[in-house]
Amino acid sequence: MASISEHDTQQDRQGFRPSMLINDTRYRGLTFQFIALMLIILAFAWLGANLMSNLAAAGLDISFGFLDEPAGYDIAFSMIDYTSQSSHLRAAIVGVLNTLLVAFMGCVTATIIGVTAGVLRLSKNWLIARLMSAYVEAFRNVPVLIWILIIGAVVTISGANPRAFLGEEAESNLFLGMFAFTNRGLYAPAVEIGPGALIVLIALIAGIAGAIAWRWYVKHTLFSSGKLLPGWPMWLILLAPPILAYFLFQGAIGLSMPDTMANRFNIQGGTLVGKPLIALWLALSVYTGAFIAENVRAGILSVSKGQTEAAAALGLRPRRVMNLVVLPQALRVIVPPLISQYLNLTKNSSLAIAVGYADITATLGGITLNQTGRAIECILMLMLFYLIISLAISGVMNVYNSTVALKER
Amino acid sequence: MKTTVFLGTVGAAALAAGVAGAATLDDVQERGTLNCGVTTGLVGFAAPNASGEWEGFDVALCRAVAAAVLGDPTAVEFVPTTGKTRFTALASGEIDMLARNTTWTFSRDNDLGFEFNGINYYDGQGFLVPRDLGVTSAMDLDGATVCVQTGTTTELNLADFFRKNNISYEPVPIETNAEAQQQYLAGACDAYTTDASGLAATRATFEAPGDHVILPEIISKEPLGPLVRHGDNEWGDIVRWTLNALIAAEEYGVTSANVEDMASAAGDSPEVNRLLGTEGNLGEMIGLESDWAVNAISAGGNYGEIFAQNIGEDTPIGLARGLNAQWTDGGLLYAPPFR
Amino acid sequence: MSDTHAQSVAYVRESFVEQQTPPVSETGVVKWLRENLFSSIPYAILTLLSLFVLYQILSGVLPWLLGGNWTASSIRECRELVEGAGGCFAVLTERWNQLLFGFSYPSTEYWRPALAFLLLFVCVAPVLFPDLPSKSLILTLLYPFVAYWLLWGGTIVTPIVGLLGVAAGYVAYRATINRGFALSLLAGVVAAVIVWYLGGFVAEELSGVAALMPVESRDMGGFMLNMILGTVCVSLSLPFGILLALGRQSRLPIIKIICITFIEFIRGVPLITLLFVANVVLAYFLPPGTTFDLILRVIIMITMFASAYIAEVIRGGLAALPRGQYEAADSLGLDYAQAMRLIILPQALKISIPGIVNVAVGLFKDTTLVSIISMFDVVGMIRGPILASTDWNGVYWELYGFAALLFFVTCYGISQYSQWLERKLATDHR
Repeated sequence: MASISEHDTQQDRQGFRPSMLINDTRYRGLTFQFIALMLIILAFAWLGANLMSNLAAAGLDISFGFLDEPAGYDIAFSMIDYTSQSSHLRAAIVGVLNTLLVAFMGCVTATIIGVTAGVLRLSKNWLIARLMSAYVEAFRNVPVLIWILIIGAVVTISGANPRAFLGEEAESNLFLGMFAFTNRGLYAPAVEIGPGALIVLIALIAGIAGAIAWRWYVKHTLFSSGKLLPGWPMWLILLAPPILAYFLFQGAIGLSMPDTMANRFNIQGGTLVGKPLIALWLALSVYTGAFIAENVRAGILSVSKGQTEAAAALGLRPRRVMNLVVLPQALRVIVPPLISQYLNLTKNSSLAIAVGYADITATLGGITLNQTGRAIECILMLMLFYLIISLAISGVMNVYNSTVALKER
Repeated sequence: MKTTVFLGTVGAAALAAGVAGAATLDDVQERGTLNCGVTTGLVGFAAPNASGEWEGFDVALCRAVAAAVLGDPTAVEFVPTTGKTRFTALASGEIDMLARNTTWTFSRDNDLGFEFNGINYYDGQGFLVPRDLGVTSAMDLDGATVCVQTGTTTELNLADFFRKNNISYEPVPIETNAEAQQQYLAGACDAYTTDASGLAATRATFEAPGDHVILPEIISKEPLGPLVRHGDNEWGDIVRWTLNALIAAEEYGVTSANVEDMASAAGDSPEVNRLLGTEGNLGEMIGLESDWAVNAISAGGNYGEIFAQNIGEDTPIGLARGLNAQWTDGGLLYAPPFR
Repeated sequence: MSDTHAQSVAYVRESFVEQQTPPVSETGVVKWLRENLFSSIPYAILTLLSLFVLYQILSGVLPWLLGGNWTASSIRECRELVEGAGGCFAVLTERWNQLLFGFSYPSTEYWRPALAFLLLFVCVAPVLFPDLPSKSLILTLLYPFVAYWLLWGGTIVTPIVGLLGVAAGYVAYRATINRGFALSLLAGVVAAVIVWYLGGFVAEELSGVAALMPVESRDMGGFMLNMILGTVCVSLSLPFGILLALGRQSRLPIIKIICITFIEFIRGVPLITLLFVANVVLAYFLPPGTTFDLILRVIIMITMFASAYIAEVIRGGLAALPRGQYEAADSLGLDYAQAMRLIILPQALKISIPGIVNVAVGLFKDTTLVSIISMFDVVGMIRGPILASTDWNGVYWELYGFAALLFFVTCYGISQYSQWLERKLATDHR
């Protein structure tokens, strides 16, 4: 910008009059920008000055020192060690991890639900298509908060009381001796890591890498020599190393079963996938799934019939038509809105407290804010966190968009 | 094209807002209404009834202050606040006083920059459990799932209690009292913890209150009281002494029924005379009319009447006076002398 | 030809065979069933499965719906009457007014929001249905003033002054349009402000003229609050959204950066954090002593939120316009403001309408979040006063079902309109 204006001023130095700042299109842009910049600076200065005088009047200050103090409250579900004596910062980290967990799980299931519903909505089966339309419309047209509250209540009443599983003469038995779905959540066996678990993990990674390599090799031979190698060795390469390692290192990975005898209130041991997590996860996936279904439907409809027919005319089998011709084109339409749905899901997960799930809004933006009264600091950190997540996701989207754009003519 | 609605609202808001400077009393009198922060809904303490009128124990205090300051117990704007918003609402001047069963703690009084004006209800945190669970003491709750309302001191007390006694529990944070009841009744938690008064109120709404017991342990001190912004002592004094006037009125037997009579002429008791403004100039000292206490008492009665009407034993809440009886009856209510 | 072999060849038929009815499997209900429900084994399984699901849902919901009680006065009485099977819809009979209008809107004045709601349809129709005569757009312009008067009450002079201000602004704008767009816009704004300022005194003098009972913003509640927030914020965010979209497309780097930062920041955070800002932080950023109504602070925040999303939709519309339109405008010698106003925006806005409607629906649904910051919208009414009352503690499905139904009817209606419009626009372009 600077170079352009210099160039301009050099050219017209002798003829410059102040009125040109408004009337001359070359300078008008500069004038407007200068005015806008000044207004913005003034606005921020005004807000800042107000903040300072308000804080001074109330005897408060902006300080993040409270983050080191003990939080004092317990969190039911945490993926890292946390007690009520941990700091507020750690409570916030627990919240961040919980948000990321439910967002990730939600995105995966919402995609599955959405793709299934989107494809089925186009199905020739009248009943299925209608049912899927009803599902999509019901969830798209009712606020997510109401759905979270309703689904939370449904999950609460649909599970049994864990006391039914407890004691010597329990009314109910664990499913397969391992699982129990209660109104507190799903009890399942916990994975216990023993010595040698690392090797099993490495073997698993090696298997996945090998399987991907095999697929690539098959494709490469197909394209270079026209020979079609069989696909099944992929599964062998994938599964053999971890299974072998598992049996070689006995006891590397074990399961600890839920214990129904230890306590009179709850099943102990094992893992508990808490009811709040289940309810929120379910609500977000089903809600977002309805939106994804619409995107998928639009994506498939956007591929013209000529493409399918042309592929069939080339002699491709139906599955290959779908994989090689329809899907790649449909994906280009589906993926950008899909990613913004992921973004929406992540942002909607901030309603977690409605079902009692301790996400970042509930810990940092809720309990910590309440207990410390540090509203400005907490909300600033909260917004910053969501902003970083969003920018990261839209960064991924931009990269994807630019790769697809390259293929356009 | 909707700019005028916008501007109109801005105008209306600016007119209604006034200036929340240091002199809250002047603002309130100029505005003609008292902005009182209350809870979004807790039966007995503050909740709108079927016809939309706010009523409850905390509401009655707001009305008494409005009556003392403005002479009109209905000149109150009730501003519902949540646990999160109550302190900012007060700090920013959106409300003039907060009567939202708020626990008086050191840090709230000092760090948050507020001033508590006495205690209108002595409470403590307890546990509610189903009777068929067979639990008789909170110590038996090892491993239990406990529903707790989030954003209150109860959360912290709960964590302290279980840590101190070295027993484990599973907290379920819940936003509103109504949702906590739903979870508790559905069996999603074994116990529900909140202030004992709240537990009694909650149990009163159950279909079979007898199937639930409140455990004997009270695990915390919860002195609940009204609060105002720090630094405006005149206003703080008005709230404090209005509360004291209600308490003293009960002690001296001044009720909403006889207050007009007693205030019409000076009686035998000099203390009552000073309270009701027939003797001395206490009203002038506090910056109000001489009949300020008469108005406050006529608004909803003295402390005992307010208690009986909203949360007492004849109401569905059914709370006994307990600690909240007059000091002469073995309780903790002890109004400083009016002289 | 036909008579040559007729006698000699035995197997040639002499007469037409009677037309036969198609086989049972290819006709009527059976054909429909076979083609639409049981065309293959997997489909048949799916059909049976979904029939089962449907049966399960209906067998649960129907007895609850049909066996419900509409007259009881409390949940205990209702539970006794329905004996466990039906729903307690009596809560809706008793509290419908609170669910729709909040608990403090004066009950004698319910006709006002109801009328405003009906008028909304009449007055928005000219914008939504391009076939209606363009003169009826005047109705749309009048609506905000009428609705303000109906909802908030007070003298009718206030909205008339508001209208006069807009009219004065428009006249000033037209009169000075030859001096350049920026200048005439400024003139318009100045004229409007002068009229509003002077009119303020008049309105105060005439405060008794055609006065409705004034209602304060904080007394608005229930579904009405959702409607107010939704319509006000969407309408306010349109002009801001257009400006932001133009700013983002602008060649002026500073303006572009400001717009991009604003849009990306707002789109990057959940609405609930912005509402927290409105509720607990905003007061610190305003001059000491001023306090806005909570509803106004929320309107500001939701409008900012909606503007960013609408800006992105309009940016899509701008980008979808063929390059030739911009070049054509340039070649006619139009300046930036003229080109945008006369050529680009009318077209870009037209193709953005479906997207804008989608944003509006999403935003309208999001207005329920205000219940989290202690405002009594329809969800707030349910979670607050109604569920907290001794009489109706424990009624969930009926209340949430009712709220869901309200939103469903509204949003489904709008989205059907949007789809209709999309189809209509699609044919226009091919």
